[in-house]
Amino acid sequence: MPLTMKKLAEVFTNKEIGLTQGHRMCPGCGAPITVKIALMTAKALGYEPVIGFATGCMEVSSTIYPYTSWSVPYIHNAFENVAATISGVETAYRALKKAGKLPSDKKYAFFAFGGDGGTYDIGLQSLSGAIERGHKFIYILYDNEGYMNTGNQRSGATPPGADTTTAPVGKKIPGKVQLKKNIVEIVAGHEHVYAATATIGEPMDLMTKVEKALSFEGPSFIATLSPCVRFWRVSEDKTIDITKLAVQTKYWPLYEVDRGVYKVTRKPSSFKPVSEFIKIQERFRLLLQSPDAEEVINEIQNYVDRRWERLLALEEATKDKPIR
Amino acid sequence: MIKTHREAITGAQAAAYAMKQIEPDVVAAYPITPQTPIVEYFAKYVADGVVRTEMIPVESEHSAMSAVVGAAAAGARAMTATSANGLALMHEIVYIAASMRLPVVMPVVNRALSGPINIHCDHSDTMAERDSGWIQLFCEDSQEVYDLILMAVRLAEHEQVRLPVMVNQDGFIISHGVEPVELLPDDVVKKFVGELKPLYPLLDTEHPVTYGPLDLYDYYFEHKRQQIEAMKNVFKVFPSIIEEFYQISGRKYNFVEPYKIDDAQYVMVALGSTNGTIKYVVDKLREQGKKVGLLKIWMFRPFPKAEIQRLLTGRKAVVILDRSASFGAEAPLYEAIKSSLYDVASRPLLGSFVYGLGGRDINPELIEFAFEKAMKHELVTDQELYLGLRE
Ligand SMILES: Cc1ncc(C[n+]2csc(CCOP(=O)(O)OP(=O)(O)O)c2C)c(N)n1
Ligand code: SF4
Ligand SMILES: [Mg+2]
Repeated sequence: MPLTMKKLAEVFTNKEIGLTQGHRMCPGCGAPITVKIALMTAKALGYEPVIGFATGCMEVSSTIYPYTSWSVPYIHNAFENVAATISGVETAYRALKKAGKLPSDKKYAFFAFGGDGGTYDIGLQSLSGAIERGHKFIYILYDNEGYMNTGNQRSGATPPGADTTTAPVGKKIPGKVQLKKNIVEIVAGHEHVYAATATIGEPMDLMTKVEKALSFEGPSFIATLSPCVRFWRVSEDKTIDITKLAVQTKYWPLYEVDRGVYKVTRKPSSFKPVSEFIKIQERFRLLLQSPDAEEVINEIQNYVDRRWERLLALEEATKDKPIR
Repeated sequence: MIKTHREAITGAQAAAYAMKQIEPDVVAAYPITPQTPIVEYFAKYVADGVVRTEMIPVESEHSAMSAVVGAAAAGARAMTATSANGLALMHEIVYIAASMRLPVVMPVVNRALSGPINIHCDHSDTMAERDSGWIQLFCEDSQEVYDLILMAVRLAEHEQVRLPVMVNQDGFIISHGVEPVELLPDDVVKKFVGELKPLYPLLDTEHPVTYGPLDLYDYYFEHKRQQIEAMKNVFKVFPSIIEEFYQISGRKYNFVEPYKIDDAQYVMVALGSTNGTIKYVVDKLREQGKKVGLLKIWMFRPFPKAEIQRLLTGRKAVVILDRSASFGAEAPLYEAIKSSLYDVASRPLLGSFVYGLGGRDINPELIEFAFEKAMKHELVTDQELYLGLRE
């Protein structure tokens, strides 16, 4: 029986999720919601989560000494090395288990959480190395499309036209000009990996993917769109709506790549234009006022359309053809 | 006395052999000349099932140190090894390992830091980590590599210390030079190093802990003070470890090794393999009736100031050899010795010689030349001189 929201609600009435109250994230921030769904799924399935966390907004806000919001084992090492760090933890687990120094019945789940900066950019090498080596861990990217902890700087995940302090919308340049890096394809290219996208507006889809990742014999990676209400400049009650809109506009298609086999996990019966996703966020306000607005929006629309068609084609082409 | 066996091996082999006998739970390492043979020998032990260690063939030294931090925090005995650029790439996490008080032992095969790129010995790599919070030991030869790695495990894991240790050996000179080394039996080493007693392991899910919190102006300073105290505790606990090691090996260590120093008026101070050459020169000059001696530094961090003060006060001159430079300031060993001698009753004349950068050869003639300068009282405090350099 797959997990349901009702089941989670029952289980966690009297049980700690692992991320407790008292953290100092902005109300409405997407990151802790993502983390909680992942932890609840793991715990409800009988796993003991052990967490690695990359430097970033959530890390600094959840562990201000002498306080911690974590009631599960947690390690933050640095910004770019959460994958390598958790690979050390997971290897220690195997070594100590082999030596009979750990209870044999305990089911551990090793999670690494990183922001888009810690994943697409500075932590990419560490992530690639850990996946290539085949450690059994679940990497959850919380993508808020910028370096938010340090005040909204551009990352490889920032979309074109978004105003950031290091790629500001100026008189000559309309903000960031490059499209987002396709991180899922990069990860899926490691082949022996379960890679997926997900988002908190579609919690059942996210839970199912976490569940698959937990049972996958090897590394898994889930890229979640986790809005930053502060720097996307949206009101704090819009977090979930905006991620739903991201799915409905093809901005954040929901799919998975299981050892090369593509599966689109949500196929909306109708789509909305990507401009609807863009227009409700103040981070695009300056773009929208600029003469380049139409061109940039068209570029994004064309891109998401082409990517969607390509995903459907890949789904068809890779059906029952795992590469490993 | 315990029966040892003697083998002609390199410093790299001695390190790998010590690691084999320690049999850590986890080794994460990345190859770099001249450390590479350590990783290769150890990988073979793993591949042959000689050790039960889990090896992580990481994609970089940054990840090697990161994985070792993860493994050690999880409750495992974890090791790595590196050189030069690899150590520099680890730098950020070297500090984090110390601040998390993780008892990691790391053989470092000293090589000149780039740039320009060079693969040969000097101490610029380890000196860049001088203030990282790691204990730093220096070896004269392969025997010391073997012995000090074993003792480093005890020191790192001592409950009053809980700090990581670098065991330095000179690149190529020690790491690739073959020498006879006395090796202890496996069971004796196992007993000597004992079992790691993990403190706050991540894998103990019943007692969840948070490693690496954000630590601001209200506590960071106190935590640094604790690291300072832990370093001081090394002076308290190392003597009993070396005594225990003496009991099993017959080899006596200390913070420093005085050589023919009792009546010496002119004393040289150095780190690493050069001490072997200096001993040869001391013997030769002694035959000529010259009152020279050597003070070899085994432990550079924490710096054994009290020993140095006791042993150097009242000498006519002290010559300090540094295998690394500090651009725009005094060379690191010279600086440390000089500041240690500020308080002594009778300060010797001091001379600073930088030598051997990028693997430049140091020979008995050059050492003799430095002694001659001291004996002729031609040393000028703070005038940095260079041995074996074309000016
Ligand atoms: C090596 C290093 N470089 C830069 C920083 C500064 N820094 C800390 S967090 C951060 C951005 C984090 O961005 P992201 O990973 O997207 O997480 P977010 O804060 O957005 O949640 C930066 C640049 C650092 N801590 N370490
Ligand atoms: S700044 Fe953004 S990412 Fe950080 S806590 Fe606030 S909403 Fe979340
Ligand atoms: Mg971010």
